[in-house]
Amino acid sequence: MSVNPAYVGREYPANAPYSVGREKLREFSGAVGASHPVHHDLVAARGAGYPDLVAPPTFAVVVAQRAESQLIEDPEAGIDFSRVVHADERFTHHRPIVAGDELVTVLHVDSIVERAGLAMVTTRCEIAALLPDGGTEPVSTVTSTLAVRGEGA
Amino acid sequence: MSTEATRPALADLSVGDVIGTRTVEVDRARLVRYAGASGDFNPIHWNDAFAAEVGLPGVIAHGMFTMGAAVALVEDWAGDPGAVVDYQTRFTRPVPVPNPGVATLEVTGAVGAVDADAGTVRIDLTVTFEGARVLGKTQAVVRL
Repeated sequence: MSVNPAYVGREYPANAPYSVGREKLREFSGAVGASHPVHHDLVAARGAGYPDLVAPPTFAVVVAQRAESQLIEDPEAGIDFSRVVHADERFTHHRPIVAGDELVTVLHVDSIVERAGLAMVTTRCEIAALLPDGGTEPVSTVTSTLAVRGEGA
Repeated sequence: MSTEATRPALADLSVGDVIGTRTVEVDRARLVRYAGASGDFNPIHWNDAFAAEVGLPGVIAHGMFTMGAAVALVEDWAGDPGAVVDYQTRFTRPVPVPNPGVATLEVTGAVGAVDADAGTVRIDLTVTFEGARVLGKTQAVVRL
């Protein structure tokens, strides 16, 4: 089965909130070798003007992949994960993610392009923080392209 | 500590300036740690038999690990991880991670562009393994 081109343009409803925790930020930062104190030390983060610990630039992938799973795990989309290679990734931060954020993500399927036995599937996750008044604040945009090999490739 | 004191000034930067270099050693334990921290449990990053089955030379590092490890150089240079407002890469070559042993990545950052009006600098990162680039168009935009 090949990737279903009818999914282009699809926008999913905002998913369940992701709660950004201090220990998760410390764990992720330690795993990628991000040793700057604002990732680990609350006093340093507040001293630098942040309300809480700050996420490293690529932490948003943890949030985004939960939203992307709506597409990847949908059998109708036709994405065989054993045939997938990650082609590119981009993070645009409207503000840094910090511990305490409650983040909701809207997944968009921006393009599906077939070329030379590969389907290039580009998704965009618009990540926003829930505000106390019930509104949302844009936090990060995560764009990701997967290359899916066709059956014969 | 004061993070302000260590921040670079936009006016001092020119295209081509090297901001620093870093060596990243990746072993299997590191991949397991990243898998747990990120929630990316794709078996190509920890299971040799599975990796071979899908045509890989063996277990490979998560591209997102390499991307995340490389930008730490920029965060530390900027003196403020929150100043990295945009970061992108292409994944051009897999990094096989031996068992036992380590795969050694070399990271270099250089100024690619300075935008005085926006108050930003673009840092271009070069990430190599055994002399070959493993990431392409790796660009971090930093607000200074």
